Amino acid sequence: MINQETIGSKMKSYLRKPGSLIMMLLVVLASIITFAVLIFLIVYILVHGVPYLKPSLFSLTYTSDNASLMPALINTVSMTLLSLLVAVPLGIFAAIFLVEYASRGNKFLGVIRLTTETLSGIPSIVYGLFGMLFFVNTLGWGFSLLAGAFTLAIMVLPAIMRTTEEALKAIPDSFREGSFGLGAGKLRTVFRIVLPSAVPGILAGVILAVGRIVGETAALIYTAGTVAQVPSSAMGSGRTLAVHMYNLASEGLYMDQAYATAVILLVLVVGINTLSNVIAKRLTKS
Amino acid sequence: MKSKAWTEKFMQGVFFIAACASVLAVALICIFLFANGLPAMKEIGFVKFLTGTVWRPNNDLYGILPMIIGSIYITAGAILFGVPTGILTAVFMAKYCPKVIYKPLKSATELLAGIPSVIYGFFGLVVLVPLIRNTGRSMGFSGNGSSILTASLLLGMMILPTIIGLTESAIRAVPDQYYEGALALGATHERSIFKVIIPAAKSGVIAGIVLGIGRAIGETMAVIMVAGNQARMPSGILKGIRTMTANIVIEMGYASGLHREALIATGVVLFVFILIINFSVALLKGRAGKND
Repeated sequence: MINQETIGSKMKSYLRKPGSLIMMLLVVLASIITFAVLIFLIVYILVHGVPYLKPSLFSLTYTSDNASLMPALINTVSMTLLSLLVAVPLGIFAAIFLVEYASRGNKFLGVIRLTTETLSGIPSIVYGLFGMLFFVNTLGWGFSLLAGAFTLAIMVLPAIMRTTEEALKAIPDSFREGSFGLGAGKLRTVFRIVLPSAVPGILAGVILAVGRIVGETAALIYTAGTVAQVPSSAMGSGRTLAVHMYNLASEGLYMDQAYATAVILLVLVVGINTLSNVIAKRLTKS
Repeated sequence: MKSKAWTEKFMQGVFFIAACASVLAVALICIFLFANGLPAMKEIGFVKFLTGTVWRPNNDLYGILPMIIGSIYITAGAILFGVPTGILTAVFMAKYCPKVIYKPLKSATELLAGIPSVIYGFFGLVVLVPLIRNTGRSMGFSGNGSSILTASLLLGMMILPTIIGLTESAIRAVPDQYYEGALALGATHERSIFKVIIPAAKSGVIAGIVLGIGRAIGETMAVIMVAGNQARMPSGILKGIRTMTANIVIEMGYASGLHREALIATGVVLFVFILIINFSVALLKGRAGKND
């Protein structure tokens, strides 16, 4: 507690140096703006949306009288599962190669890193265009959940790869050496020793990916399409909750339902991100 | 033993192929975008396509300059609002914030990053658009509220978490001795931060800004909902405008033939912008890493 300034001496020093006082006030003002905007956004949507959360919003079919969000919600779940089915094994296997197999200084490593960084910077509308050109047209899948899921899988792949890579790197080498010492092969070591210890880190990354999938719109409009019903198979077109929300808001016919849908979407995404944070933080603690 | 060695080799191959997926994805994206977009550019004429000021697909006029300018204006506006606020907030988080409230504030910035763009767009549509419309009208301006200004404000909000995150970690990476040295020379807390720490953290801060530019220029849904989307040269900050991203989403649904290819070509131009921005971020990050 040496040289601790009292509030009084601080005030005096600020009065002597008005420049510093102004900067300090600007810093505080900017922070207040940032967090006030966030709180205002959340409170505004909750206040205007919660009163419209009626049971009819959750009926199983969408009609022009009742803009139900249930089909979109079901589509969101299937879309998420489909995308993860592709992206998670691919991302984890790629990370295993990068951390466990590739020798340090491998030139190919640099190429992979460059491409994953490029992928994570591409805006979702470009993914949407690509998905439309490749999955929808060239492969002939048409507007379908499957085309949307593959597009999203490419989109979240870099995030899953990066978090898995970090989780694998955090496993001490003594784990691997111990396993080798007991006579286990490389593959056995990876699957029985390294991966199980890295599960929380990987999980945090996967949940973060779920958050992005649930909130995505631009990449889905021209890959999965905007049909407001649950398709009979993965080859059918269907809108997810975020696309549903966009359509309601831009049509302007169902503003009450749009508010309610915004609440559901916001709560879902915030919940998913919080879950990912909690898991990641528990990880760093232990 | 032999079968075991075979499995090892096989799985190593599987891992390798998985690692190639991202390379393959980037290659496919480039090939498909360019192969579908470049022919249209050639047919319209590169110069005519990029510098034409009239976009009227019905008359076969495809000039995307209004959209390019639109994207640039809105991004510049977002930088104008977002960067000062973001950097100052990052300074607060790193150098002012009492420990007790740091954790909730940090989670709040993460939350800001996690909110989907369609929610931001909806918020802009129901709050910002009427606000700008009424304020503008009371000051004697016309316009319906969907404007460059509205989109800039909204995008400024959306790039905050990117700027705050990168600036904060850049500030924290500056050794404490810099700050202590400045204090010892008699500088105030503020002077030490803004004259010593921020200049030392420059590379990281700039990387954050450039990444923010990338986010802003690629943003689609939020912009569509608040920018008005008129495909014409901008005539004022309270007038509506269309960005490249909006152009694609709005017209792709019914476009065919050359019109459709021109939209894909718009995507190509956007993609090239993004590649340049990504490349600069990688360069800046490399430089920031060397300074440590």
